[in-house]
Amino acid sequence: MSKPKRGPVLTGAHYLDGDHACAEGAIAAGCRFIAGYPITPSTEVAERLAERFPKIGGTFIQMEDELASIAAVLGAAWGGARAMTVTSGPGFSLMMENIGLGVMTETPCVVVNVQRGGPSTGLPTLTGQQDMMQARWGSHGDYEIIALSPSSPQECFDLTVTCFNLSEKYRVPVMFMMDECVGHMTEKVVIPEADTIDVWPRRWYRGPKDKYQPYLPDKDGVPPMVRAGDDHRFHITGLTHDERGYPIITAECQHLCVSRLVDKIRNNADDLMIVKEEQVKGADVVVVAYGISARVATKAITDARKQGIKVGFLRLITVWPFPEKRIRELAGDVKCLVMPELNMGQMYREMERAAGGKCKTLLVPHCGGWVHDPNDILKAILEGAK
Amino acid sequence: MQEFELRASDFGLVLMNPNQLIVGRGTAEHHPMEDFLRMDRMPHIWCSTCGLGTCLTAFIAAVEESTIPREDIVVVSGIGCTGRAAGYLKFDSFHTTHGRAIPYATGLKVANPRLKVCLISGDGDLVSIGGNHLIHAARRNMDMTVICVNNFNYAMTGGQAAPSTPQGAFATTTPYGAFERPFNIPFLVDSCGATYVARWTALHVRQLTISIKEAMLHRGFSFIEVISPCPTVYARRNRLGSGLDLMKFYHDHSITKNFASTRECDIKFQQDIIVGKFVQKDEPTYLDAMDAQMKKTLGAKFVPYVGPMDPGADSGRTKSDART
Ligand SMILES: Cc1ncc(C[n+]2csc(CCOP(=O)(O)OP(=O)(O)O)c2C)c(N)n1
Ligand code: SF4
Ligand SMILES: [Mg+2]
Repeated sequence: MSKPKRGPVLTGAHYLDGDHACAEGAIAAGCRFIAGYPITPSTEVAERLAERFPKIGGTFIQMEDELASIAAVLGAAWGGARAMTVTSGPGFSLMMENIGLGVMTETPCVVVNVQRGGPSTGLPTLTGQQDMMQARWGSHGDYEIIALSPSSPQECFDLTVTCFNLSEKYRVPVMFMMDECVGHMTEKVVIPEADTIDVWPRRWYRGPKDKYQPYLPDKDGVPPMVRAGDDHRFHITGLTHDERGYPIITAECQHLCVSRLVDKIRNNADDLMIVKEEQVKGADVVVVAYGISARVATKAITDARKQGIKVGFLRLITVWPFPEKRIRELAGDVKCLVMPELNMGQMYREMERAAGGKCKTLLVPHCGGWVHDPNDILKAILEGAK
Repeated sequence: MQEFELRASDFGLVLMNPNQLIVGRGTAEHHPMEDFLRMDRMPHIWCSTCGLGTCLTAFIAAVEESTIPREDIVVVSGIGCTGRAAGYLKFDSFHTTHGRAIPYATGLKVANPRLKVCLISGDGDLVSIGGNHLIHAARRNMDMTVICVNNFNYAMTGGQAAPSTPQGAFATTTPYGAFERPFNIPFLVDSCGATYVARWTALHVRQLTISIKEAMLHRGFSFIEVISPCPTVYARRNRLGSGLDLMKFYHDHSITKNFASTRECDIKFQQDIIVGKFVQKDEPTYLDAMDAQMKKTLGAKFVPYVGPMDPGADSGRTKSDART
């Protein structure tokens, strides 16, 4: 009997780094369009897809810069593709204006940022988690965004699929906030059978063509979408618009337009919140961490437990919207929340805000370039347990 | 809800453009091109005797004359007075960000190669902030039609200098006269590899219509510069008279030279303008070149792009995921 023909999804166990796992995740999610511009430490994602796509019916285009990459991704999404771009800090900065266009026009797509140290050219080859606030607020104007952060190559695969799913469900660009360490870390990655991978379809509009209104939302606040070229004669614009997608330059329309963009995420925050909890019940201190810092924190947590301290662990996978409800609950139960991150306090501010003074909060800052010394996290845990 | 549009400029009047009636087949009740216009968005924001109405008229006439299925045509614009074109045309239309119409259109085309991608945008949008994308789309011979409406300034924002402003012309940011050398735009795109290049003025409605039709039927990167009157800001600041005066100027000072060397197509302030079809050649498009190279290197292993998702059949997976 001949072997069954292999599909695009590389089912099986592999030894992959995070960047390559992310590329495979995109393939598994049905992404067949990538536009990108080379930048360390994210280039490997694009390189792998440039190699893989022509063998599985995908298309990769190396654009002239990141402004072009994100614009092409938005265009591709409206052309009917599941589309992604990949970058690091400097390129992420260049993408900001059109991420806003993606938000405003409710365009599903995934933006991968393999973070490196900044500001500016910073540390091209070394890690950082310094673009977390930029992911949230980087484009001008008021909006809500979704961002996930992986801690391992396996999660780079799994969560890339989740990013696509959430972007389709909520029709918003989803930021995948990797970092250099996770991107370049090589570990076992298990890719499941293609038909067991949960891939969500686009929210296609199925009504009469001439009745289509691009921004008439469903009950959950998210409007269904069409594909360009199918005779709906729709218009989309980055200007403030009504349900028809027509520009209306008034405060009233701005209110309707922006509040829905915000509410469709805020009101569904529970649905898209992914956090991992470990021994938080009865804990005196809970370490809250994401990405590579969460990996490092596990060592400090183990050491603290050896010293008899009751430490819990809350690992954030959904970083935006911030899991403030859960933090608020925890703050009422524990003495202290500790957050290590490779920046001078970005997500920490959110945690502190959500804790609302109900418990102590401690930041373990680090400017990036390397990961924390677990002892620094341990010290903060011991301090918090006092 | 009542619609309030910002006026195109502080001086702008919100009027229907009389130029639109040039192809006049209409009645008092029906605009002759209403099948192609979003009539529910009229009146538009453009000023009386602005050249943009003519450009739209020529575009619609070209579409009507071509045999391209209407649903295949998408219109992409950037930001500016010209950028509003996408919003008035009744096609799938995209009003993007300043300068990014070309890469946006590139994404549409590469992701959905069936589409006939047309861009209508301003000189500032395409040649200044979007200049990098313009040269690369030309270099790639990306299959799209770009209509660049050159009114020699940033009109939408009130008449600032652009990379197309002729030396000596006045603009709000060149109150003592522009002194930078402007781009010769046909030469720019020609030298970057555009395979169809033409220039007309807003007076040359018939030639412009033919060029737009040819450009849309052309495979590859086609580019048409339309010299267009902006009576409200550019002409006013330079005391060039009304839109009609500018049309008269185009009439007296346009020199048609088909296949002229684009190198010679510089535009000097209020001097003769060389117009015509300058370039028309067949070369592999981006998608042709990609397919050819992949076939050459990968042979039977090459799987051509599967195309966009099919709304009718989308279960969340692309067709290529179906196992055999
Ligand atoms: C990133 C960015 N910078 C600046 C602007 C402001 N702006 C809007 S339109 C425009 C100039 C448009 O000029 P052009 O493309 O020639 O179009 P015209 O109005 O002349 O038709 C500028 C600078 C903007 N919208 N976005
Ligand atoms: S280009 Fe000039 S004339 Fe035309 S709408 Fe803009 S400001 Fe008015
Ligand atoms: Mg202009």
